[in-house]
Amino acid sequence: MTRYVLRRLLLLVPVVLAIAALNFVLLHLAPGDAAEIIAGQSGHGTPEFVAQLRREFGLDRPMYQQFFIFTGKLLTLDLGYSFVQSTPVATLIAGRLPATLLLMVSALTLAIAGGVVLGVAAARRRGRLADALISVGALVAYAIPAFWLGLMLIVLFSIHLNLLPSGGMFDVSANRSGFAYALDVARHLVLPALTMALFYLAVYTRVMRASMLEVYGLEYIVTARAKGLGEQAIAWQHAARNAALPVVTLAGVQFGHLLGGSILIETVFGWPGLGRLVFDALGQRDLNTLLGILFVSSVVVVLVNLAVDLLYGWLDPRIVHR
Amino acid sequence: MKALAAFWRRFRQNRPAVGGAVVLALVVLVAAGGPALYGVDPFDMVGRPFQPPFSGSPWLGTDVSGRDILAGLVHGASVSLAIGLIATLAATALGVTFGALAGYHGGWIDEVLMRITDFFLTIPSFVLAVVLVAIFSPTTASVTAAIAIVSWPSVARLVRGEFITQRSREYVQACHAMGMRDREIIFLQILPNALPPVVVVASLMVATAILTESGLSFLGLSDPNVVSWGYMIGVARSSLRTAWWMVAIPGVAIVITVLAINLVGEGLNDALNPRLKQR
Repeated sequence: MTRYVLRRLLLLVPVVLAIAALNFVLLHLAPGDAAEIIAGQSGHGTPEFVAQLRREFGLDRPMYQQFFIFTGKLLTLDLGYSFVQSTPVATLIAGRLPATLLLMVSALTLAIAGGVVLGVAAARRRGRLADALISVGALVAYAIPAFWLGLMLIVLFSIHLNLLPSGGMFDVSANRSGFAYALDVARHLVLPALTMALFYLAVYTRVMRASMLEVYGLEYIVTARAKGLGEQAIAWQHAARNAALPVVTLAGVQFGHLLGGSILIETVFGWPGLGRLVFDALGQRDLNTLLGILFVSSVVVVLVNLAVDLLYGWLDPRIVHR
Repeated sequence: MKALAAFWRRFRQNRPAVGGAVVLALVVLVAAGGPALYGVDPFDMVGRPFQPPFSGSPWLGTDVSGRDILAGLVHGASVSLAIGLIATLAATALGVTFGALAGYHGGWIDEVLMRITDFFLTIPSFVLAVVLVAIFSPTTASVTAAIAIVSWPSVARLVRGEFITQRSREYVQACHAMGMRDREIIFLQILPNALPPVVVVASLMVATAILTESGLSFLGLSDPNVVSWGYMIGVARSSLRTAWWMVAIPGVAIVITVLAINLVGEGLNDALNPRLKQR
């Protein structure tokens, strides 16, 4: 098991380096660079000033040297310096990552829990009204663009009902500590988390329903019924645990998808996370920040995939990692 | 012909799929004929801004700059469908090529091609799409290309699997014995047999592509000279408090179109290959 984890971690290195290389090449295809942007922003747009900035930031070196500097730094977890924000990229990302992870984990938890419950409910009432309603609901939810859903929820819950805040992560005036703070953040989290969760909730409901129906056909369920176990116990203690495996796999695979979606949802709700940082960095052509974010998000995705593989073995002891 | 008739018989029994097909046909009609029939330029200021729908001359009202919302919807339909379709075709072509070569040849070719595929599957696709469009500056072509680039890996994996099961079949061995070239075997013999699941995945991919396009244009990453549904939502967003319908209307268009495509895709799935489960 330890060897398996170590080998998987080792396999991570070439993948991450390849991602870094791709991002680097792509971003350098872009016209204009950080020096020009900064020069423009500072109001001293003379060619001399731009050249001086280029030298300062190493942007005048040949491409391959820039890449070696970049990769070398990556290996020491130095993600470079954001010239636009005047902050090390690692610091920027570290500051934003918790908010994004909080949003993603909340949304995923909602989606998985809701998907499992609804999927089991639909499978147990196969062909009846509840099943039809859940299935139709899932189909519709699957077709809704998340950013639009977020805006519609703001209209309903923030503007018309005035129940929940429409954006941000906390009230500016709020006390930044203790239980009241947690409650404040939770209030701000409800709408973005719901918005992000709905699409995945729909997917997991459908997968869980199909998976439950498959498990219901297996012999051990027949045995459980034969020995007189109640339907409730069969569904939850026997069937659901095995039927949840595909949902867990899917959730792991979709982590990157979720991270991408956070750009839109954080933009809609003004959520101060990594997604917003991506978009702001794009507008300012902040190359180092973009490279850092793409690097970190790819590493997070690879790590999550590894974690899901391990979790899979825990959920299904028949799987042995070598 | 007989196979087509059988397919149609199975598809027809799936009522949601037929409903989806009808709605989709309507959207296609609007996209194809709408701009000609409803000759209002979606960028023209036709009246007072912020007119609510069903209240006067522009039937669905006007937006923040007094532009006709219905004209935007009609023009946006063709943009959404065209980008969704072309991006899907490009992604499918790329994915089929990668998957077919990898699955057919196996060995190091398979190894290399699949490493590249996995690599693209690892990168958060929407982040990559955003970066691609931003770098190559937003035009209809760059948006389409970016969506294709982030979409092809799933097709490649699927096609590879199909080719691996097909390549050891007797008809393929017969082709080898007849001295057929690899290219002929791959594209003329195996590919037609591997196509049904690809058609299903591709049809669903059109829906995903439309959603991705709307997200990109919502962020402002769309051709500034072309109206799209996501762009309309992005523009109207700032007046959400006073004119929520401006945001609501294009969103409903997206939901209806994507839902119709998904229903058709599932109908295709049931009719073409009862074995294959949803993605």
